[in-house]
Amino acid sequence: MWSERRIERAADGTYVLRLPEEERALLRFLPGDLRALLDAAPDDPGLRRLFPRAYEDEQDEAAYRELMGNELLDERRRALEVLAETATAERLTDGQAHAWLTALNDLRLVLGTRLEVSDESLLEDLVESDPRAPELALYAYLSWLQEQLVAALSSDL
Amino acid sequence: MTTLAPAEVEVEQPRGGDEPEHDRPWVVIVWNDPINLMSYVTLVFQKLFGYSKAKATKLMLQVHNEGKAVVSTGSREKAELDVARLHGHGLWATMQRD
Repeated sequence: MWSERRIERAADGTYVLRLPEEERALLRFLPGDLRALLDAAPDDPGLRRLFPRAYEDEQDEAAYRELMGNELLDERRRALEVLAETATAERLTDGQAHAWLTALNDLRLVLGTRLEVSDESLLEDLVESDPRAPELALYAYLSWLQEQLVAALSSDL
Repeated sequence: MTTLAPAEVEVEQPRGGDEPEHDRPWVVIVWNDPINLMSYVTLVFQKLFGYSKAKATKLMLQVHNEGKAVVSTGSREKAELDVARLHGHGLWATMQRD
């Protein structure tokens, strides 16, 4: 399953999705989990990688959050929505593909934070009995799909 | 992108200079992190700043190898907008006076 290209840029500028049903099902329900977390507990420590500080200074930082916080949160929600809604599509528009890019990355950031990803060797020592195995496999899958999407989008630049 | 965890990187204090503080531009810094893909970071630099593939790759490698890189400079307003766009793409960006 790892050899075939899942996302490719077509001559007309759209992005062709060649995803098996089980992957589409996964991509349709995953965004809802993160959306629910964003709605219920945006201050959850597991989400900290989505909201880094801009300033060292507390006052400047508070002003930055006041100004940008809601917009950034809305963008994230919208991108997750697009991913869920278009997970079963045959093709993506350029805008939808960029929403996928953001949503997949946000999912990876949250999952990677939870798994305490600290370097690239994470999967090398993985054994079957590791309780983190399912989430690590999911993280690896999303990373692989993200690489493909980046390659497809880069072919346009 | 590498083995360096974000928490291990020390944020530099803004340096003092000869110019009055309000004349010095702001710099936007992207810090290394272990989750964002190298190819993704390069793409984000191209997309947000219109940098060539070569320039974006060079900056990405600087982040990866040296732990951080200045990716844009300008007025406080411009820097803040750039930081917000980088945050929107999940990159670990901060801003400070040059």
